Formats: sequence, structure tokens, C-alpha cells
Amino acid sequence: MGILEVNGVNKRFGGLQALNNVNLSVEENTVHAIIGPNGAGKSTLLNCLIGKLAPDTGSVTFDGKSVLGRKPHEINQMGISRVFQTPEIFGDLTVLENVIIPCFAKRDGSFRLHALESVEDEAGIGERAERMLADVNMLDKRDMHAASLSRGDKRRLEMAMCLVQEPRLLLLDEPTAGMARADTNNTIELLKEIKASRDITMAIIEHDMHVVFSLAERITVLAQGTPLVEDIPANIKGHPKVQEAYLGQAHS
Amino acid sequence: MLGLNKTDTKFLLIVIFLTLATPILLQPFAENSGLAQFNAGYPDLMQRFAIYGIFAIGFNLLFGLTGYLSFGHAAFLGVGSYSAVWMLKLLSMNVLPGILLAMVVSGLFALVIGFISLRRSGIYFSILTLAFAQMSFNLAYSVLTPLTNGETGLQLSLTDPRILDAANTSGSLPVTNLFGAAMSESYKLEFLNRVFTFNVGYYFCAILAIIAFYISLRIFRSPFGLMLRAVKSNQQRMNYTGLAARPYTLAAFVISGMYAGLAGGLLASMDPLAGAERMQWTASGEVVIMTILGGAGTLMGPVLGAGFIKYLENIFSKINEHVLHGWFSWLPDGLQDLVVWIAARFTGEGWHLTLGLMFMLVVIFLPGGLMEGGQRIGKLFRRGREDVPDDGTGNRPKPAPHVAE
Ligand SMILES: Nc1ncnc2c1ncn2[C@@H]1O[C@H](COP(=O)(O)OP(=O)(O)OP(=O)(O)O)[C@@H](O)[C@H]1O
Ligand SMILES: [Mg+2]
Repeated sequence: MGILEVNGVNKRFGGLQALNNVNLSVEENTVHAIIGPNGAGKSTLLNCLIGKLAPDTGSVTFDGKSVLGRKPHEINQMGISRVFQTPEIFGDLTVLENVIIPCFAKRDGSFRLHALESVEDEAGIGERAERMLADVNMLDKRDMHAASLSRGDKRRLEMAMCLVQEPRLLLLDEPTAGMARADTNNTIELLKEIKASRDITMAIIEHDMHVVFSLAERITVLAQGTPLVEDIPANIKGHPKVQEAYLGQAHS
Repeated sequence: MLGLNKTDTKFLLIVIFLTLATPILLQPFAENSGLAQFNAGYPDLMQRFAIYGIFAIGFNLLFGLTGYLSFGHAAFLGVGSYSAVWMLKLLSMNVLPGILLAMVVSGLFALVIGFISLRRSGIYFSILTLAFAQMSFNLAYSVLTPLTNGETGLQLSLTDPRILDAANTSGSLPVTNLFGAAMSESYKLEFLNRVFTFNVGYYFCAILAIIAFYISLRIFRSPFGLMLRAVKSNQQRMNYTGLAARPYTLAAFVISGMYAGLAGGLLASMDPLAGAERMQWTASGEVVIMTILGGAGTLMGPVLGAGFIKYLENIFSKINEHVLHGWFSWLPDGLQDLVVWIAARFTGEGWHLTLGLMFMLVVIFLPGGLMEGGQRIGKLFRRGREDVPDDGTGNRPKPAPHVAE
């Protein structure tokens, strides 16, 4: 059994069947890529995993426990973090503060009234956040307003915010979109390092095949809400169904 | 010192100094000069500076940090006043029990109102808080008259039990005090043709205001304060980071309600009287204006806003047609009448018109309030002094503005 199990999930938006009987099993400590043309339902699937959307039918379990019916912050506290397709960061705060917040969430849980302590004096938190920023090459931008970052930097910041929580399952929704080639390669290296240095499972959505084939150990192809194939990367490349799904999309 | 870093300690010491020196600083004009009417060192006015300062500091903890705009904070001010007057009637003329009860009761009120109102955000939250405050206001006039004494307002009377105090045989109402020191007591000092009034009530309010400011400073610098700013910035991201926003906003709402209760308790301690009008929506609006005018989300802004409004209110309401005629006597008769007529619309009773105009100007030209104005002026001076060309700093990353000063 995988650490993440999705069974028979359906999600309908009005007349649109966004997810159609989706089954997915992600093995612990693997990198699992989900690919598919635009509008295939990839982001919708992630939304159903983190409590942003409730599927119409089906079950989603993480580490044997159902995530359905739980609030987003409870699901995160179970060990699932997500990088969004459009960066979700604290735009009004500094880059460093953006990374400090998840450190507190990790240490103190979903709520703690620490109103008279000073952020500066919290043992280890600032250092930990700075180390994380150094890992994503953003330490020089620590005092910048997060909203004033470039799109690629916002994405790297969001990744740092998720990684610093040391999640068991990291969901990445197009983590390198909007990044320059060099930054994309850095991101691949970073994710590889993270993967090698600790126990972590990753589910990654990506259009950039270079990223997919550099990282993924298994790939699921999703088209029009339905999983077409699931296999190891080598078998996906030349798969006729995949060609059809992508080429059909590309020529339309 | 006191859990603050160097900059904040210096900042706090300056605030303490300014607060304690207020009776001197606000009396800059000689007694017999024409400008004496612009002095503000009178006990009741200085008390109001401190009390409304506390009110605004507390309001800012909610609005400035989380962005939740409460339009019903006057309810807590009113509840605080009623609680304090009841303690003055039942227990003792010592103001401490009343102030403590004011904070406890307003805190409980805030817990209930916040618990319900915080289920919504944005304009719906504002409307809910407004509705609760207006409900409290109406209840005070109707069902709750045994507690509030309706339109007359809650007052002291000679027959009050005051079980902790010695029997009052003087035949006149006792005065509020702190362990025997009467709030109305003042020490006057004449110096350089100026009269400085050091009033017990003011110093009592001032010390509480300093403590209130200090706690607000600590909250701004705390992980809790950071979470509140996170709520304002991106609640979604907060949830997906494993944090529950609601307990944080509720805690902020209760703390801010207790600040308002403290302010209400102090109002009653300085002048033992509580009326329902203190809870009316105009009073809620006033603290919103104070905070925005001064600079929401900054530490000093709300205090400045409160002082600014209370000072101008005092000055402008004193100016009547008689005074205006004196000022414009140098104009020819017909023109003088016209100018006085126009000016009178903006002064005396018409002072709210001036306040409204000022508020509009600030919101349009200085969205960050008076604090932003101060910073801009400061920057101008610094630029004037340094001869560094501007583009020298152009490619360095722009540091985020600190939520401070
Ligand atoms: N909240 C929503 N309400 C209505 N329709 C939605 C909603 N979210 C997604 N959809 C629709 O569901 C379909 C799947 O969307 P989804 O965002 O999951 O696609 P995707 O695979 O992530 O595509 P992309 O690669 O472009 O990000 C799309 O047609 C989209 O318009
Ligand atoms: Mg998507």
C-alpha cells in the first residue's frame, strides 16, 4: 500500500467531469509525476488531497488515515505540504518571515498564543529559516518584501516554505513554471538533494519533460479527468496513448 | 531590556519620556499670549489623550495587524464604563476593582461577539460587529435599564453601599481615588509665565497607557503578532501551512476588546458616569478614524491619531462666532461676516465637517496616515543632507518596510 491512496475519486464542476474515477497510489519515498495536457484535472486532484475541494465520491487516505472531511491545516499537520501553481506566499511580509511562519507551524502546531515572546529570541527558528533560504539561494533576499520578488523567486520561496516543514509528502504543482533555465536546473538539483538526504515522498505536476524525466520514478498520465497509464519513465516516453493525449492537445 | 531589543528599548524610553512630560510639552504658549488657547495641558484633555490612545492601540492590534475592521468596538468601551461605575457604586471609590472588572467583562463580551462575527471576513465581519454594538446600545436603553439606568445614564448616588469604604457622612458624593490619592487632585507649577498642571488622574491613565503600549510592542514583535500579519496577508497560505486562522483572530479580537474595556473603565474612573451613547456607532467610527488617520498597522500611528483628533476636537469646538469675529476683525464689515459665516460651518458644532475633510485628504494623499507623512518628511530631510546620487542604490534589493515606529 502506498503512503497516498486515491480511490474512485470523482469531481464534477457543473457539466464538467473534472475528475473521472481517479485511482492513484503513491509509494512512500518515491517521486511520482502526474502529467497531462492543460485542463486534465491535475490541479483539481491536488485540491482534493489537501482539503481545498471535497471530492463528490471516492476516498483519499494518507498513511492509512482518511483526509476527507479534515480542514486544510489539519491535513498539513498530518505531513502534507503543497507548492501551488500560482505562488501562494505572504506578500506583505519579508522573505525571511515567510519561512519563519512554517517553522512555527511545525514546532507549535496549528495554534499557540505566544504573544509576549520575541520572534528574534525564539531558539533556532531564525537560524533554521536562514539555512533553508541559503539552500534555495535566496539568503541575499531575506529582507525583501515577498510580493516584490520575481515569479521564479516566489516559487522558490514557496518551495522553501514547504520544505522547511519537512513534510512526509510534498505536492508540487508545476514548481518550475516561470523559472529561467538555470533556476530550473537548480530546482531539480535541490529536489534531488532533499530526496537523497531524508525520507520524503513527492508528487509533482510538471509540463517540463526535462524536469519530469530528471526526477520521476513513476509517472501517471491524466487526460480529461481520467488516468490513462501509470508506469516507469522509460515506458512512458514512447507510449502510444500518451502520444495521442499530448499530440491531440498540441494540434488543436 | 524588558524583552525588547536595543532599538525597541530606545523607542519605548522615548514614548515613556514624552508621556510623562506631556503636562509640560503641551503647555508651550505663555499664559497671557494670544496663543494660550492652543495649549492642551489641561487634566481632562490629557486624560482623554491617554485613554483614547489606549482605545486606539487596542483597536490597532486587531485592525492594523489582522486587517479585520471592527465597527463595533465602542460596545466594549461602553461595557467597560458600566462595569467600572458599578464597582464604584457597590465596592469602593478606589478605581482598581472597577478597571479590573471592566477588562474582564469586556473580554467576555469580545469572546462571544468575536466568536460569532469572525465566522465571516471583510465587509460581513464589519457589519456583524456593527450589528452587535447597535444591539448593545439599544438593550442599554430598553431591557437593561436596571443595569444601565437608561437615558439618564449610570451615576453615583449618596445611597450607594460601597461596602469597602468607610461610611460617607460628608453629604456630598465621594471622589474616585487610587488608595486615597484623588484622581482630580492636581499639583500646579507656575514657571516662565506658564501654568503646568500635574494631575493624579492623568498620571494614572498615562502609566496604564505606557503599559498598554509596551504590551502592544511586545505583541508586534511576537510570533503571535507575526501570525496576525500572516492572517492579513494570505489566510489561504496560512491554512495550507498548518495554522488555524480563527483562534489567532479570536485572541486578537478579545485582547483588543479588553483594551477598549480598559479605556471605558478609565473614562468612568476619571468621571464616574456611564451612558449608552458611549456605545453608539459614531463612537466606534471614531476609533476607526483615529487609527487610520494616524497610520493603521504602525505602533505609534493610533496614538498620534487619537491625540490629533482629541486635540483638534477640543480646539475647534471652542471656536465660536465671537472668537471668529475677533480673528477676522481686520476685514471690511460685509466680507468679515461672510468669512465668519463660512468658518463657523467648520468650527464649533461643525467640527465634524473639518474632521471629515481631513480624513478624506489623509486617505487620498497619505494612505499610510500621519506616520507615512512623518516618514516622507524625514526622507526629504535625509535626501537633502546626503549627496549620494539616487541610482547608486537602485540595483540593491529593496528592503521591506518595517512594521514599527
Ligand atoms: N473551482 C472550479 N470551478 C469550476 N471549474 C473548475 C474549477 N477548478 C478547475 N475547473 C475546471 O476543471 C478542469 C480541470 O482543471 P485543472 O486546473 O485541474 O487542470 P490542470 O490539469 O491543472 O491544467 P493546467 O495544466 O492548465 O494547470 C478545467 O477545465 C478547469 O476549468
Ligand atoms: Mg493546474
